[in-house]
This record gives sequence, C-alpha cells and structure tokens, in this order.
Amino acid sequence: MSEFLSLFLPVFLAALLAILLAPVAQRHAAGFWGVVGRIRFVQRNGIVISTYLIVAVIAWVVFMIVLPQVYMLDFSFRNNLFPAEIGGPKDVYTLSNYEYLLFGRPGDEEMFNWLHLTVFLRTIIASIFVTLLNFAICYPIAYYMGQVAKGGYGRMMILALILPFWVNEILRAFAFRILFGTSGVINAVLLTLGLTDQPIDFLRADVALYAGLSYAYILLMVFPLYNAIESLDHNQVEAARDLGSPWWRIHWRVVMPHAKPGIASGCTLVFMLAAGALAAPQILGGPSSLWFTQIIYDWFNTGGNWPQGSAYAIVLLLACLVFVLTVMRVFKVSLGEIAK
Amino acid sequence: MSSKQIQGLMIGFYIFLFFLYLFAPLIMMGMAAFNDVEFPQVVPWEGFTTRWFPELFEDALMIEGFVNSIWIGLGVVFVSVPIGLAAAIMMTQVYERFRTLYYTVVVSPVLMPGVILGISTLVFWDRLGTFADAEYESFYYSGMFLTIVGQSTFISAYTMLIFLARLQRFDRTQEEAALDLGATHVQVFWKILMPFLRPAIFSAMGLAFLTSFENYNTTVFTIQAESTLTTVLAGKVRMGTKPDLAALAVLIIAVTLVGAIAMEVARRREMAKAEAAREEAKRAEEAADMALAGAPAQ
Amino acid sequence: MSADVELDHLTIRFGDFTAVSDANLKIEEGEFFSFLGPSGCGKTTILRAVSGFLEPTEGEVRIGGKNMRGIGPNKRPTALIFQNLALFPLMSVADNIAFGLEVRGVSKYERRKRADQLLELTALEGQGDKMVSELSGGQKQRVAIARALAVEPAVLLLDEPLSALDLKLRQHMRTELRAIQQRVGITFIYITHDQGEALTMSDRIAVMSQGVIQQVGNGTDVYENSQTAFVASFVGENNPFSGRIVRADGDFAVVETSFGPLRGRNLRGMSEGDPAMLFVRPESLTFANGAGGGENVIESTVVNGEFEGSFFSVFLRGEGDKPIVMSMTNSGSLPEFRPGEPGRLTFKPERALVLPRGEVAHE
Repeated sequence: MSEFLSLFLPVFLAALLAILLAPVAQRHAAGFWGVVGRIRFVQRNGIVISTYLIVAVIAWVVFMIVLPQVYMLDFSFRNNLFPAEIGGPKDVYTLSNYEYLLFGRPGDEEMFNWLHLTVFLRTIIASIFVTLLNFAICYPIAYYMGQVAKGGYGRMMILALILPFWVNEILRAFAFRILFGTSGVINAVLLTLGLTDQPIDFLRADVALYAGLSYAYILLMVFPLYNAIESLDHNQVEAARDLGSPWWRIHWRVVMPHAKPGIASGCTLVFMLAAGALAAPQILGGPSSLWFTQIIYDWFNTGGNWPQGSAYAIVLLLACLVFVLTVMRVFKVSLGEIAK
Repeated sequence: MSSKQIQGLMIGFYIFLFFLYLFAPLIMMGMAAFNDVEFPQVVPWEGFTTRWFPELFEDALMIEGFVNSIWIGLGVVFVSVPIGLAAAIMMTQVYERFRTLYYTVVVSPVLMPGVILGISTLVFWDRLGTFADAEYESFYYSGMFLTIVGQSTFISAYTMLIFLARLQRFDRTQEEAALDLGATHVQVFWKILMPFLRPAIFSAMGLAFLTSFENYNTTVFTIQAESTLTTVLAGKVRMGTKPDLAALAVLIIAVTLVGAIAMEVARRREMAKAEAAREEAKRAEEAADMALAGAPAQ
Repeated sequence: MSADVELDHLTIRFGDFTAVSDANLKIEEGEFFSFLGPSGCGKTTILRAVSGFLEPTEGEVRIGGKNMRGIGPNKRPTALIFQNLALFPLMSVADNIAFGLEVRGVSKYERRKRADQLLELTALEGQGDKMVSELSGGQKQRVAIARALAVEPAVLLLDEPLSALDLKLRQHMRTELRAIQQRVGITFIYITHDQGEALTMSDRIAVMSQGVIQQVGNGTDVYENSQTAFVASFVGENNPFSGRIVRADGDFAVVETSFGPLRGRNLRGMSEGDPAMLFVRPESLTFANGAGGGENVIESTVVNGEFEGSFFSVFLRGEGDKPIVMSMTNSGSLPEFRPGEPGRLTFKPERALVLPRGEVAHE
C-alpha cells in the first residue's frame, strides 16, 4: 500500500504540473489538447476553471477523505514498529490489534479483555441513553416551536437556543463541573435547602456526564426535529384532537410518524457525537465512567501504540455505522434524508 | 383552573426549566468570572472582582494557544473555502446517477466522529512522511499543518453546503450571456459568479473560521506537541485552573452577542435596500404605462 | 459591419430526438429575419446553434462565409438577447451595457462613452447609474438590446424578447426594434411564435414545425402564397377544406369536398387525383346572395358573431360539425344574424389556395 503511494505521488504531481501548463501549451497544440478541449466538462468551464475544479475536488476526496481512512484501516492491521523496522521482516499484516481488544495480552489470566470490552459496551449503552434522554428533553421544545409558537416568538426561541452554543464545548463542560461539583452550585443549593446533609458526588454518579452530554447536543436534536415537525400541517393535530384523541396518542400516531426523518436524523447525530465525544468525558467523567475515546486517546498519547489506537478507532467507526444502519432500517428512512 | 389552563401552565413551566437548563451553565460561568477566589466557583462567593480579565491576557500558554488557533483558523479558511466552492460547482455538473454517491462521499466527514478524522489524518501523513524520508521538522509531521488538513476535511463539507444553497438560486443564463458577449471562462467566473457568491463566501469564511477555532476532537490528535486554545483549555480544566477561564467564557459570550447584533443590523439594512429598489421599479413601470397610454396606438 | 448567416444541411439531434432536420437557408446581410413556429418546433435550437451554445450534429453553420464549427459562443461575431434577458443584477445599467467592452479590455473612459451612446440610442438617457432591479419591463428590454449592440456584433439574435411584455408595450417595442435595426443596419435573427410580430417586423420569415422549415419568404409570401398546409393554417387564421383534386387546369384546381366542388389557386402544381386541402381566409369569405349550387358555395349555420372593433367575426358550423370563421370589416353598419340561421358563404377562386393535404396547425 505505502509503496504504491510513494510511486503514485510523483506521478500525480507530474500530471498536476502538466494540467497547470496546459493553457500555455494549448495555444500551440491541436492534438491532445484539442481532444481535452472537446470534453463537455472542459467546454462548459474552460480549461483553467476545469483544472481548478478537478484538482480541488480530487485533493479533498482522495487525499483527505478516502485515502486517510483506507490508510487508518491498513495501519490497524500492522504491528507497532520503530521507523527503522518499517519494510523489514516484522512489517506484516496481523490481527493482533483487534485480538487485543477482545483477549488482552497473551499472558493475561482472564480470557477476555474485560476492562476494554466493558468500557466499549458502556460507551455504546451510555450513548444510547444520552440519545434517548436528549430526545425526551428536546421533543417538547421542538414541538412547541414547530406547532405552537408563531412567527416572531418562534424565531426568538431559535435565537435563544443558538446563543449558548457559541461558547466553546470545553468551557461549557467546565461550567457543568462548576454546577455539579462537590462544592458546586447545585450541592450548595441542596445543602442550604436542607435536602441533604452531605454534598452528593454527582461526578462519581455520572449524572454530571450525562447531563453535560445531553446538553452539548441539544441543538443537533432540536433542529432536525423542529424542521420535521414544522412541516406538519397543524390541521392534522386539530383533527385528531377533534376526534377525541388524548394528547399522547396524537403525538404517537400523528406527529411522530410525520417527524420520522427528523427523529432519525437527530438520534443518529447525537449518538455518533456522544460515542465519539472526548472533551466531556475527560472533564466530567468520574473514575468509573471511562469513555472508549479516552482509551483511544491514551493509545496515541501515552501508550505510543498507533496501530492499536487505529484498530480501536475502526471499532468505534464500525459501531457508529451499525447504529446508523439500524436506525435507517428501523425508521425506514434513507441516508439522504438523514444527511439533510 | 381548567385542564387546559393547567396544561398551559405545565408547558410554560417546562419551557422555563428547559431554558434554565440551557442558560444555567453560562450564568454560572459568568458569575465565576467575577468571584474573588483562586478556583472557579460560584459558591462560596468571596467578593466581586475583575482581576481575572487582565490575568487572562498574561497567561502565556493561553496566548500561544490562541495565536495558533488564529493561524490554523486562517489556514482552514484558505483551504476549505476554495475546496467547498469547487465541490459545490462540481455537484451541479455531475451526472444525475453519480450525484447521490458523490454527495454521500463528500458529506461523510461530517457524519464521522471527529476523533476518527484526527487519527486518520495523523496516520496518513505520518506514513507519507516516512516514505518521503522526510525530516522530523518537515510539514508531514507538523501539528499546525495536520490540524489544518484534518479540520478542513469536514469543514469543506460545511462550506460546500453553503455554496450549494446559494448556487441553487443562480441564474445560469447570466453565464451564457457573459460568454456570448465575449468573456472568457475565467472572466465569467470572476465577474459574474464570484460577485453573486459574495454573501456565501463571507458566510463560508466565517463559519469555517469559527468551526475551526472551537474544534477539539480532531485537533487533539493532529496537533501533537503543539497547542491550540481548545487543547490548552482542556488541559487547564483537567489539571486545575484559575477563574481566568471563566473570564474567557464571558468575553466569548460578549463578542458573540455583539457579532449577532451586528449581523442582524446588516441584514435589516440589506432588506431595506432591496425594498427601495422594488419601489423604484414599480414607479418606473407605472411611468412607462402612462407614457404608452398617451402615445398613439400602434 | 454586418454578416450573412448560412445554414447548410443543418441537423441537430439529442439522442433519439431530432430537434432540427436538414435546415437550409441563407439570411442576407442586414436582413431582419424571423423564425416563426409553435413551441418545440426547433427555432430556439437553431438560435443556440448559430450563437454557439450547441454544435450541429450534421451540417454547418456559416457566418460571413466562415464555418463556425468548434468556435465557442464567446468567439463568434454574434450577440444573443435571451428570453429572460439575463441582465446582470449586481451591476448598474451602464456596467451591464459596457460589459462586453470590459471583457475586451477597453478603457474605462471609452466604455463610459460608448455606454452613453447606446443609452441614447435606446432611449434610456440618464438611467445609466440605476440598478437593473429598479427598471420597468420595457426599460430592461432596452438595456438588453443596448448591451448586445455594444459589442458591435455582425448578427444579433433575439429569443422571443417580447413574450413577457403586455400588449401595448409589445406593440410599441415592435416598432422600436425595427427602427433600431434599420438604424444600426446589422442582421437581426428573431424567433417568435407570434405571427403578428413576425409579419410586421421582418424582411423575411421562416415558418417551422417539428424541426422542419416549411417555408421561407416575406410576409406576403407566407400569408398569401403559403406553400404548405401548416404555413397556411399557422400564419393568420384560415379555413381548411379537405378533399381530392378533380380538375387541374393552369393556375387553378378544383377540389371535391364534402361541401361540393371548391376552386382555388394551384400554387404547387398539383394534379388530378391528388389528396388536397383548400384554404380560404376569413376575410375572403362573403355571404352569397341568390340561388344555391355551383362552385365555391359553402352551406353552413351561424353559431354566433363577435364584434372585435375594427372587424366583425362570424362563427359558423358546416356539415359534420366543421367550424368555419369568416370576418367582415366594420364599414359602419353591422350585419344582423341570429344563431341558427343558415349562412351561405362564397369566395373568389383567386382568394383561395389549394395545397397538398398535410399537418394543420393546432389552436
């Protein structure tokens, strides 16, 4: 793979150079450039612009999107070698990085790598929980904005929603620390009100983390929901109410089915961001709520084992992929609808 | 009270709670910035002070991170805006059949977790550097370079979407008219397309810069030994910090508010101008009608 | 400085669909030439081929004797006025007009001078600094024309420019366009579906249907001496009568129809036995006095009459539910009919045309 790339790069650069010199050559040539000039894309955009378009898009798609991912995948199957050892006898493809996640080191007493596996599972389950919590919080607001609040009032609400998110996520997470810490505001309130006699360690109980994570992604859940709900003709709700339907049934059978793409979109986004979150767990996580991304971070930082980290990253990516596909199947929506 | 009224009250109460939840952290930060205590907290309140603000500007680590963030932000703008524009133009010209595939591929970085983008960028360029036998100091390993590349991977998708939206409303016959009048393709691009896209260009630049500035997940992997404002903040938050952090938050909120108000003012002015132009056209139309009515029939 | 335009066996196909089929004609220098036909007949396609936005599938487009194949729209000596005008909304009127000069590197001073000249030519003095969005429909039209004239094209192409205007303005602009063309002296190629426009403005007209040029000629040619059933029915109003030729002598022929024998001019030199249609225009029909029988008599029933100002239209129904229209000029006394009354019509043979049976234009 890497050998191929080191051959490809100079060829690519040469081609790039040729294309850039084309306008000069075109004045004197017929042959090749005549043919290029007849390609409809080039005719429509002119040679200079065509070059710019093609180079930019290829640079992006190939060199920034596709190749790095392919590379990371390749890397995850390799051993962790010193630069000198690359290309040498130890540079073979191996499944050892993935095996490590499942089985741990070869000399361990336990058969499975329970530590990492539990972290992984907990991350996924917690992310699902956060997604549901987030949904429960945001749905009423999205409904209110989309169906009840009219015109200017609704716009104001949107503005009010966006404002907190201009603050950096790190600072926001930190603010939650202030709120939930043992000497934080909530504890102070509870103590003064006499509801408890000892400060509750919210951090240890993961409450802070969940609250913080739900908070972080409110925008991403509200807006898809809001867009989907807003497009619902309010008359349908009125009709259902007219027919004597209780409010919960109205939502279950009328509003939510209509908002399905929005729900799928919001849930997918929130899940992927929660599972892939790094700052919030680092700041708000107690000792028992290690997040999978933190393990990955450690592999790259202190562990110095990039292939191992890559393998873990691939596993995370796969989990997200599975989630997206499941949501798409369950909600019967297509990728295009979510991506909006 | 009727059940409807109770329902209304409940809903109102819920909305109140929701916005309280939303703004509480910010209010906390705001208060912590003025508390005369060595550690950021709101209770116990030790007295009002503004000393954290100047202390903020003396923090060398933060200043360095801030400056790096600015440079990276500019770099990302420089990379992702042209790429996003090219991708958007391509999108309008690609064959129908390929369009969904193309769209999925270019939007995928947005859906991927930021850590994945950071890791893949890091690994890819590291390998490239090894194979080009590059020196340690070269750009292959540079934290700034990699961060710009890694962030641009998904920020280009954002800029592309902004340009796409604006392009949908572009009247292609203008391009044809310009060509017909003798312009070269490059002239059409600069004199017709670019002026039309100007508002989108500014939005894209603004969005790219802001998104880059506050990025953490991707940056923390690509930046390696160097730092940005967000990585410095994260480090401080975990290791322990003084309330100058809260002061920073207050500053950010203030700047954002000012920015938002400025944008709204600018928007209102644009609308007023367009309205005035419409009035003018109506008047011209009426004048023409009257002239014709007075003229002898064909 | 103007040029002629030649279409030489021009055929344009899009996949399976043939938009233009074997068009052959020569438009003279300085002519006001119109392509007339219903939507989809191929006239826009021809315009785009001449201006350079389309390459011919077969055949050639020549301007000033030079083959235009492979030459892009920005290099041809043509200027196109788009149907939606395509004015540049972000530029002022003067900048719009001077755009063609700007891209050729003409100095700012020269550009301003030329723009002022053209503003005067198109009766837009003083509007130079306005933005396009502040103009009325007619003013925008004139900006488009000025902008095209600024590059001094050899051929000016106009794509149904008046279709978006209201009636009074349209009539006014017709005269203006014609006047501008005569003053500037360049070749105008004008496409439209409105035959009134084509007839009043053009030196010559090409009538098209479904990609085929049916006839090329001046107003009289296409109106009085139509060559095909389509031309006869599309240009102006006409009453067609189908039948078969029973006698052809010299300039005239007699067609046996369901209304009896009808005689008209045999322009196409058709022979006995040929399937044919006889066309007689509403203004050529008159009410017959006296007894029935004989040639050129059409028995019908009055349906109703409409007063149109300068003339009076009478709608009748012939045998087999066939609609017939006749018109009489308003000479001061209005005729009286009642619906249901019988109406016997007749016409002079010189005023009718016998043509091969063929496609008739739809309403």
